[in-house]
Parts: sequence; structure tokens; C-alpha cells
Amino acid sequence: MGALTQYIDLYREQHDCIAAGSAGALNALRPDALKALEGKQLPDKSAEGFEKTSIDEMFAPDFGVNVNRVNLPCDVASAFKCGVPNVSSLLAILVNDTFVPTTPLLKNLPEGVIVMSLAKAAELYPELVGRYYGSAARLDSTGTALNTLLAQDGVFIHIGKGIRLDKPIQIVALSSAPVAMLSPRRLLIVAEPESEATILTCDHAMTPDTPSLVSQVVEVIAGEGSRIDICDIEETSAQSARYSQLYARQEAGSDIAIGSMTLRNGVTRNEFAIDICGPHCESHISGMAIGSGQQHIDNSSSITHAAPRSRSNQLFKYVLDDKSTGAFEGSIEVTPSAPFTEAFQTDRNILASKDARMHTKPQLLIYNDEVKCSHGATTGQLDDQALFYMRSRGIPLEEARMMLMQAFMTDVVDTIRVEALRDRLRHLVERRLAGLDASCSECTVGCKSE
Amino acid sequence: MKELLKVTDLRASIADKEILKGINLTVNRGEVHAIMGPNGSGKSTLSAVLAGNPAYTVTGGSATLHGLDLLSLAPEDRSHEGLFLSFQYPVEIPGVSMVNFMRAAVNAKRKYFGEQPMPAGDFLKLMREKRAVVELDNKLASRSVNEGFSGGEKKRNEIFQMAVLEPCLSILDETDSGLDIDALRIVAEGVNKLKTPDNATIVITHYQRLLDYIKPDVVHILYKGRIVYTGGPELALELEEKGYDWIKNQVDKED
Repeated sequence: MGALTQYIDLYREQHDCIAAGSAGALNALRPDALKALEGKQLPDKSAEGFEKTSIDEMFAPDFGVNVNRVNLPCDVASAFKCGVPNVSSLLAILVNDTFVPTTPLLKNLPEGVIVMSLAKAAELYPELVGRYYGSAARLDSTGTALNTLLAQDGVFIHIGKGIRLDKPIQIVALSSAPVAMLSPRRLLIVAEPESEATILTCDHAMTPDTPSLVSQVVEVIAGEGSRIDICDIEETSAQSARYSQLYARQEAGSDIAIGSMTLRNGVTRNEFAIDICGPHCESHISGMAIGSGQQHIDNSSSITHAAPRSRSNQLFKYVLDDKSTGAFEGSIEVTPSAPFTEAFQTDRNILASKDARMHTKPQLLIYNDEVKCSHGATTGQLDDQALFYMRSRGIPLEEARMMLMQAFMTDVVDTIRVEALRDRLRHLVERRLAGLDASCSECTVGCKSE
Repeated sequence: MKELLKVTDLRASIADKEILKGINLTVNRGEVHAIMGPNGSGKSTLSAVLAGNPAYTVTGGSATLHGLDLLSLAPEDRSHEGLFLSFQYPVEIPGVSMVNFMRAAVNAKRKYFGEQPMPAGDFLKLMREKRAVVELDNKLASRSVNEGFSGGEKKRNEIFQMAVLEPCLSILDETDSGLDIDALRIVAEGVNKLKTPDNATIVITHYQRLLDYIKPDVVHILYKGRIVYTGGPELALELEEKGYDWIKNQVDKED
């Protein structure tokens, strides 16, 4: 216990520096964040909802924070090989928590769309950023309060009213540091009414052998009738820890689809909290986790229906091998003001080894009679019958296992609504299951192979 | 070499219960053998054990396929060496398309024999050719393996796979179960088309019906884990007429 203290001390010593390296709207919330942290601790396993992942432990190592905005070495050019090639020219890089635009991004960004450094946006558009920054995130979460206290930069995405972006915006986040480092970063995504956008974010470790911790808070504001797709891929290393908290607020008639894919990592805790504030919304959260070695993946997802006639679906699937562990907690809350809600949740998991562990906790909180809700959770093994059937046709055991695991993930991949992205993700999953290092060769940043 | 399969005193159990209690069986190239017998006599176990289903434990005896020690091979290698089992209940594999499944199977076999994967064009041509053997609809290719297939389509799909893999020994486990007359005819005709002087077929069935279409050279009766009677095609007709009771009584008396 007590990992929080070192960061509060850091803030107290460095708050001038932190403020100087950031901008107004971000600095404005720091006193509130500090106040929210008073007498608090980061949750450990005794805290409700954190039974399988201690945030306190995650933050306990003596991580450095780049308060002075030193440019850390990182071959940004190599990141152009990233990702999900041919998906988008609207590419930006986040080196730890520092936003680096690319030339194609600056050239191709359509009018009415902002994709830029959050700190810079706070200077250029103080009113706009000030209106939304911190409007969805909750300071009663210690993790979010700490992030708010320390975050100096990140990404600001603003899609103007009625604008339909046909190309995805891609943010490639690279952790790159010579020493163990904490990167507190913020993503603020605002879709004005009737706008549409797809955002792809991916996390990579450029210095995979150096311990790193990402504290990420993502705020999504979906205006009336807007449609936002967010796909988040983590492909880091065993030394990477990540605490990501996504807060989304949906206005009437908006449509949000969030896909979260953990392919490689060390310790990850992802939280998703969607508030449906207006009627006729669609909310989809889907998550995939592929674990091997000692990977630990914890997803906590909650959707609150506070307005009538909306639909939501949560779909999470894990395949865990070796000694990897997974946790899932999902909740649906339907308030008295949300009649005619349809809300579903599914969690299915495969343990591919005897030592892998999965913990799942589905929850329904229904305070309304006029609803259609369901939840289901299963954890099992690969189907022996199917394996034997495939082997009897000559498909070797390992390949058969891989094909079944991939098949198992099909419906999660299929929730990705952008076709090119879906195809790419299918390929990434295939490579991941084949044990190939997806971070190298053709797929992602290509940092290691250079 | 004429002798294709030789099973000697084969014993196998599942969950410590002995099902096969000393099977002896020799199948030569060019022959069709029928194995009949009452429910629970071990027919499906025999086919599962020969194909290498890990659910069963071989506790004794031996089996060779063209001289190779079959029991020491992994199921996939048994397939590569020419053994094919048509499942009584073909397994549904959601999310794995038929075409990917077959491509994996075909290329695994080629790899086993040191060959390069089959070029895409050749593969599609092969699929087209072999589908014709059992009049299998092209649209099934893009569907998940056996998922949503009718009973007849599943069995036709089994014979289609057999046609693609060109085994030297095919074991058809109750291929007639769940088939209507038309499907039965198509399946049986498919099997007959694939027959050559070099391969052999073991047909496991309850009923004479299938044997009207696939003519056996030898008929065996399996009961209580042993082959208790072997005869010519007329034995099947006799069983159809008299049932299994006379065999059961005879064997039970000897026990």
C-alpha cells in the first residue's frame, strides 16, 4: 500500500514544471484532482472491483515521469510502417505521452476535424477543450484523479458537426524510455452532433525490456446522432503495465462501438464506462484478450442506461495459455428512467493450459421492468471432439488448436465495423496465435527488426 | 502388397472400461468389409481407436496399415498415411470455414510428404472436382465446417473430404444413420466412385440397407468387443432377417 504517495510528492515538488509543460484546461483540474486524492490510496486487491488486479502494485515501482517534457529518443519514422497499413493516412504518434503529428496527417486532415496535441489544443482552443476536458472522467476514481493530476499531454480529436470522416484516425502510441517510466496521458475525443469517425489506437513498446507504465484516461463525448468507432490494440511487452480508463458519454441517437484487443502485454487493466444519457443510443463494447506466458489482462466494463430505448451489447472473449491470467467484470445498469432498454453481455473464455486462470464476474443491475437484458459467462477448454476431427483430416494438433482459437475470436473481430481494419485485425490475431511476434515483420511498428 | 490393414488382438478401453477385447481383422486392398453388430458392441470404438481418438486407451494388441505401426502414429499422421474415418456424428466447428479447413488438411498432407502447399488455383479446381462426387453445394464451402448442415449434407461432406484426401483405407462409421433414401444413394454412389483396386473400405452399419448400395466382400459381426462371426455378403441378409439374437445367444452361451 501507499504507491500513491510518491506521485503526490512528485506533484507537490514539480507542480510548476508540470503546469509549464502543459496548458490551461489541463492545469485547471489539477487542484480538484489533488483534493480528490486526499486520504485515498490506489486500489489494491482488497478493493471492490479490483480483486484480481492491484493498481497499487502496478504503480509501486519507482517510475520516472517526464515532467520537463524532454524529447526522448524514438525513431518516429519507423512507426510509419505501423500498424494497420493502408488503413489511414491520418496518422499521429504518441511517444510516451508526447504527441507527434505526421506530415500526411497535417496534409490530409479535412476541414472541421482537429487531431492534435491535447496541450496544444488547450492553448489554441481553450474554450473548446475546457468545455469537455474532465467532463466525462470521474475524479472519484483514484486512477483517474492521479492521471488528471499528472497528465501534461495526449491527443485531442474533435469532429465537427455533421462531418463524416471516411478514413480512420490512427494514433500509434509508443513507449520508449531508457529508464522505467510512467506515462500519464489523456485522450479527449469529441464527436459533435451527426458526425462520424473511426479511431484506431495502438500501444507498442519500443523499449520492450524496460519497465513502463501507461496511465491512460480516454474521454469520449458522443453528440446527438454521432457515430464513433474506437479500436484499441495493445501489443506491448512483458515489462509493460497499463491502466486505461475510458469514459464515454452518449447523447440521444448516438452510436458508439469500442473494440479492445489485448494481444501482448505485461499487466493490463482496462476500464470502460459508458453513460447513455439520451434515448435511442447504440453502445457496443467488445474485448479480446490473448494471453500466454505470464500475461495478465483485466477488463472491467460497465454500461449505464439512463435514458429509454437504447441498446447495448458487451462481448468479451479471452484465450489464455501458459500461466496467463484473465479477469472480466461486466455490468449493465438500467435506471428507472430507462424503459425499453435492450442490454446484453457475453463473456466467453478458453483456458488452453492447466495453469491459465480466468475470473469472471457478470453483473446486472436492473431498476426498470420494461427491459430486455441478458448476460452469460462461460469458461472452458478447446473442444476435444473438434480437435480430433481436425486431426483425423490430417491437420496437426498445434495448427488445429490455433484454428480453433482463431475461430473462437471470430465474432469479436467481426464487431469491428471498418472492413479494412477488421481484415487487418484478423491477420494480427492469426499471427499472434501462431506465436509470431506480430510487432515485427510486416505488421506493426517494426522497431525491433530495424 | 495386398494386405492393407492387419489388426491383431486389439484391446482398448475408455475410462477403465474395456470395450475392445481382442479384435482380429485383416483387410486387403480392393476389398469392402462390413462390420455389423448390436448397439454397444464396440463398432464405433474400433473405428475411433484405429483413427487415434485420444479419448481411448489401447491396452493391448497391434494394428498395421500397409506395414506401418498404426498405433504409434498421431491421428494426423494416420490420416497422411491414408486412413480416413467418416464420422457417425461429423463435428461442427463454428468459425472455421470449410474451405480453410480443407486447405489446411490438403497442405498438411503435402507438407508431410515434403511438398509445397498447393497453389490456390489448383486447390479450387480440386474442390470443384471432388464436390461433384457427392453433389455437394458450392455454397457450403464458405460456411463453417458442418455448422447448419443438414444430416444429409454432413454425410456428403464426409465423403467429399474422403474424395479430396484419397485415403487407402476408409472407415465409414454408420454413414447411413440419419440419411433419407436419396441422400443414402448419393453417399453410397460417392463411395463406389472412389473405389479402386488399391484401396479398401470398412463399412460400419446396423442395417443391411446401406449394403444394398455398397456391396461388401466380407461381413463381420462384432459383439462384446470381439469379432464373433465372419462371412460373405449373405451374412448381412441373414442378420436382417433373423436379427442379432441368435448370435448373441450363441456367444453368451460360450461365455
